[in-house]
Amino acid sequence: MDDLYREIIIDHYKNPQHKGKLDESDFSFEDENPLCGDRLQIELRVDENQNVLDAKFDGHGCAISISAADLLLDSIIGKSIEDLKKLQKKDILDLLGIELSPVRLKCALLSLKVLKAAVYELQEANDDLT
Amino acid sequence: MNISKIKEDFPILERKIHNGMRLVYLDSAATSQKPRSIVQAMDNFYNQNNANVHRGIHLLAEEATQKYELARSKIANFVGVRDSSQIIFTRNTTESINIIARTWGRKFLDEGDVILTTEMEHHSNIVPWFSLAEERNLSIKFIQITNEGKLDLKHYQSLLKLNPKVVAFTHMSNVLGTINPAKQIIESAHKIGAITIVDGAQSAPHFLVRIDDLDADFYAFSAHKMCGPTGIGVLFGKKDLLEKMPPFLGGGDMIRKVTFNGFSTNSIPYKFEAGTPAIAQAIGFGAAVDYLSSIGMENIFAHEQALVSYAMELLSDIPGLKIIGPSAEYRGGIISFVIDQIHPHDVAQILDEFGIAVRAGHHCAMPLHEKLHLAASTRASLYLYNSRDDIDELKKGLLRVCKVFE
Repeated sequence: MDDLYREIIIDHYKNPQHKGKLDESDFSFEDENPLCGDRLQIELRVDENQNVLDAKFDGHGCAISISAADLLLDSIIGKSIEDLKKLQKKDILDLLGIELSPVRLKCALLSLKVLKAAVYELQEANDDLT
Repeated sequence: MNISKIKEDFPILERKIHNGMRLVYLDSAATSQKPRSIVQAMDNFYNQNNANVHRGIHLLAEEATQKYELARSKIANFVGVRDSSQIIFTRNTTESINIIARTWGRKFLDEGDVILTTEMEHHSNIVPWFSLAEERNLSIKFIQITNEGKLDLKHYQSLLKLNPKVVAFTHMSNVLGTINPAKQIIESAHKIGAITIVDGAQSAPHFLVRIDDLDADFYAFSAHKMCGPTGIGVLFGKKDLLEKMPPFLGGGDMIRKVTFNGFSTNSIPYKFEAGTPAIAQAIGFGAAVDYLSSIGMENIFAHEQALVSYAMELLSDIPGLKIIGPSAEYRGGIISFVIDQIHPHDVAQILDEFGIAVRAGHHCAMPLHEKLHLAASTRASLYLYNSRDDIDELKKGLLRVCKVFE
């Protein structure tokens, strides 16, 4: 438990830096994990070179999904949209620094799934991309 | 009731998990644990009597048939059904309700007919009706729940004015724990000529159910929630209804005669038991009702009611914790709750670290959670083998959960 609910995760859950909405966004996507009842929206603003200027998420979820979203968005500022397309499951797990059971993996990966759907400008989120 | 003696009947409860923690199992509404005697009954069958049932002209086949049919009569007796030909073996409650929708429903329901169900149903008593409604253009209405989580019987009476053909409801909610007044609901439905379908998945395991006395038209329940094995459940139907219904699956055992021109169906219950049934599981189910009867359903219910009152009182002083559903006197051994600012998945995960098994999510009742404006909840569910110690552990665990998120 000390591992899974490390201070950093509780911290990002209770005081997320990237929670909220952008006034204007270039990429946006919203999805839910109906099994948990979690809902997540991600908005991105990019500069003329397609590099991320700002990123916000909104919605509700468990400590794992919210802290993963916050850590993920923190890590992508300044990166290009093409970089975001290369993000993988491992990147999220590295950010969280924990190991997860298959059920909780879904919580951790919701933000990546939503982010990928946003940058690929998909109509529906696709599990394969994560 | 001697709980420590009962605990000894369940080998799994001796298991130590996560580096030596005692297992505190509070997830019996999902599936119950199994006493040694039911595993032995199934073992004995496989080791001594294994053969296919019906029609076999050899000793083992006769023994297998006799044991399988004995299980059927034991179960009929357990739920207060005098004629055991009305007890059909299915896979589980879900399959039982689907059979009603797909056979009785398809034959007897037509465009515009109304089905009543309730806001507190499990998906298994909603989705089969949505499927049928789409196919036949039926309309589904939901009997509302009151603020305290009981069925709104006034709203039920007003919906009966729509002349529904079916009233399908749960005897006990798997989330709120609410026990519904089945006899009264059935009586009102019969006054306007509706048939009644009762989801007994949570009731049959926990209190004495007398189906004949209730006068239910259909009643469904599963073995695995009542100390029995997975893979077997029951559909009770009144004889005249079952006889008028077309068969569900076609194949062996369900026929009387097959020619190159067609077939005629076997008598009930066999008409609805196509193919080789779950024989060992039926025998295990029979052993499970023997076990429950030896302790006494009245005793089990009284024990759970005492425990649920104790738990509700104990949990009520945890800061930010809110219990969903009615006061203890109206519920069985289920307590679902939410804690401010802490997601149920996190609650369940942290409790697991202390050896406490609860369930988190929507418990297959998404519409109910929508009604309650909740994304999910945490559920602790009790059975005969739970003791006050288990509730004390739950409280300790929940206080630790709160501390993690402090």
